[in-house]
Amino acid sequence: MKLGTLAEAEKMDSSFLEEAKKRSGEDLNLCYQCLKCTAGCPTAPYMDIRPNNIIRMIQMGMKEEVLGSSAIWLCVSCETCGTRCPNKIDIGVLMDALREMAMEEGIAAKEKNIHLFHEAFIQSVRRGGRAHEVTMLMDYILRSRDLMTGSLFPGVRLFLKGKFPLLPSFIKGRGEIKRIFERCKK
Amino acid sequence: MKKLGVFICHCGVNIAGSVDVKSVAEKMGKVEDVVHSTDYIYMCSDPGQQLIREAIQEKGLDGVVVACCSPTMHENTFRKAVKSQGMNPYRCEIANIREQCSWVHQREKEKATQKAEEIISATLEKVRRNEQLEAISVAINRRVLVVGGGIAGITAALDIADGGYDVVLIEREAALGGHMAQLSKTFPELDPALSSLLVRTMEVERHPKIHLYCYSELEESKGYVGNFDLVIKKKATYVDWEKCNGCGLCIEHCPVEYVSTFERGLGMRKAIDKLYPQGVPNRPVIQKGHCLYFVDGSCKKCEEVCPEKAIRFRQEDEQITEKVGAIVVATGYELYPREQLGEYGYGEIPDVIDGLTFERMLSSDGPTKGKIRRPSDGKVPKEMVFIQCVASRDPDRYMPYCSRVCCMVTAKQAKIYKEQIPDGQPYIFYMDIRSDCKGYEEFLQKAIEEKGLLYLRGRVSRVFQDDGKVRILGVDTLTGRMVEVAADMVVLATAMIPSEGVKDLAAKLRATVDRHGFLTEAHIKLYPVESSTKGIYLAGCGQGPKDISDTVSQASATASKIQALLSTDTLLQDPLIAYVDELICSGCGICVEVCPYEAREMDPRKGISIVHSALCQGCGACIAACPNNACELRNTRAGQMLRMVDTVI
Repeated sequence: MKLGTLAEAEKMDSSFLEEAKKRSGEDLNLCYQCLKCTAGCPTAPYMDIRPNNIIRMIQMGMKEEVLGSSAIWLCVSCETCGTRCPNKIDIGVLMDALREMAMEEGIAAKEKNIHLFHEAFIQSVRRGGRAHEVTMLMDYILRSRDLMTGSLFPGVRLFLKGKFPLLPSFIKGRGEIKRIFERCKK
Repeated sequence: MKKLGVFICHCGVNIAGSVDVKSVAEKMGKVEDVVHSTDYIYMCSDPGQQLIREAIQEKGLDGVVVACCSPTMHENTFRKAVKSQGMNPYRCEIANIREQCSWVHQREKEKATQKAEEIISATLEKVRRNEQLEAISVAINRRVLVVGGGIAGITAALDIADGGYDVVLIEREAALGGHMAQLSKTFPELDPALSSLLVRTMEVERHPKIHLYCYSELEESKGYVGNFDLVIKKKATYVDWEKCNGCGLCIEHCPVEYVSTFERGLGMRKAIDKLYPQGVPNRPVIQKGHCLYFVDGSCKKCEEVCPEKAIRFRQEDEQITEKVGAIVVATGYELYPREQLGEYGYGEIPDVIDGLTFERMLSSDGPTKGKIRRPSDGKVPKEMVFIQCVASRDPDRYMPYCSRVCCMVTAKQAKIYKEQIPDGQPYIFYMDIRSDCKGYEEFLQKAIEEKGLLYLRGRVSRVFQDDGKVRILGVDTLTGRMVEVAADMVVLATAMIPSEGVKDLAAKLRATVDRHGFLTEAHIKLYPVESSTKGIYLAGCGQGPKDISDTVSQASATASKIQALLSTDTLLQDPLIAYVDELICSGCGICVEVCPYEAREMDPRKGISIVHSALCQGCGACIAACPNNACELRNTRAGQMLRMVDTVI
């Protein structure tokens, strides 16, 4: 099968669907496009491709579009989609798999500095066993040298409401967290 | 002088909202011969009817006018109520002051009230001159004709015959089975269609109550519910079926082969052949147009080899007369004519076939022994396209309706394809997927899950041949992308349309068909298996597209309705029909010509026209046509009508 208009037709890549299914462990054939996932997704309004369309495009073998999309990076893995999907497709897990695939393929993330944000988050967890927003944001700003994303303003508001503790609180089993990270590296 | 009663219904606020019912009741009470006039919130309710019953008892009424809704709603209710008090039911009339008055004059109460008075006064005038009539009783013939030997006709025939009634089953092909005999497997359980069918056809053959006429058609039908006179044409088979033992030697030796319509063009058949090898009855037919004996007299091979000497070249069509009480029309469907599907390359591209052709290909007894092969070169198709809604749901050019079975047929065919050719890829173009019966959605989802069927939502725009492939252009509306598939083979899920000749048959039976030629039911919800003509019943796809499960359910429903009809002693019919004043009738015969129900006939002895009371539906066509005013309709005589008009103006 070919996609696109006759002039720009590309060959369909059925191996992409198979790989996405294998990596995520999700049966992507089952999707019947009810759009429950997209309807409940908190970040869908900011995505260039909506979650339901991500699955459709995988079925159609549109590898470059999917792996180059901002959507896979904007997903925050809140799991609303997976919890609600009538066909038990866990899109959060799928998004993880797609991010991995994109990184392996060396496809640059469409969202600027999104890697740095993820790294800052992981670093924060590695340090204290749970994310500490203030240090995490500072870390991100230092890494990205980006003060203008607007992340500061909601941060200040949250801080004024007392949602941001200034000092990080560490969990008890930090040694175990360390071991998890070591294991993941292997 | 008569004693009349007037009963005015409020119908909640439906009537009372715009008609001043109290004042109307009061006014009507002052009419000279009205001895009882009252109103009530719901006259059709039991307390309302009780008012009528009591008034008849206490005041000895001999005529009743109920002013309420349309007579089609409750005329029967009130006639039954007055009958229970010993009054003749045809002395009870309805004055329609709802549909014809209150509903259309909601903003002009005074006028509505005045109009209601006028309608009631006119109806009173009619009742004053209504005759006391008795329902006409008609004897019933307890035999049933079933037209069509597909799964619908077979089921209806078996059910009725099991109830102890004689059934005449006619089928125009040489064997029972209809389209089900052409199918490979049935959804959702993937049972072989033929084996389930054969169980039933053999039951029919053995059933002592079923008289089977294959290769026969209904030529003529006269009469009415309970008493139909039929002429059945038994077409010449040129084989004595009584003598023939079905050995098939003649078929083996026949030198003429031609393209088989049963195999949908994929296989050949002989000039003498059975419809299909397992057919019931298991007898061959000589096709006159192809047989060399009939073409130029050069061959008599079949006659020479027949061990039973059963070949009859001189056989002629035979006419059989039958009498039955009810008729089941189970004439089935056919697929939309392929010649008219040019946009899908049908007929031009050999590898574009329809669903039934693919069914023959999938059948283990079919021309390819169940192997999926391209018709053009016998290659195994690796890229396979199925297109749904071909000629269905397209009111502009084809059929506006949904053919109901194609979604599941396509899913089934794609599943079987993938099972047989695991490295092949099926693509299915669809608009919606309708899988609305027990187990269907599960079947579909399982097929998609296990077989990886790729559904593309959108219609195709072009199908054309290119370099040994069939190219299909379309859109996947879910991604909004243009799609192009280079397929090896294309299967079209074409629309179901009524089978050929249904319109003629319906005309013979005086049954009605819709604009597509499907037989119409008396009421889509309340009387779904009765046609609008009494005594004619419907089953299967002749009434509308449906799958095998629905067909069998409907055929059984039809059978039980007929058993209910046949289990009554006599049929009662409304006596509100035409009659002839013998002194005035001049015997011109115009009424005979205009009668749509064949209820009028000339009496050759008296030289005047008569009315067949069981056939007459009281339509009034003959009354309008009679140049001498010799015809009248009972209880709607010209004199009555004129007096009613007088009252109003």
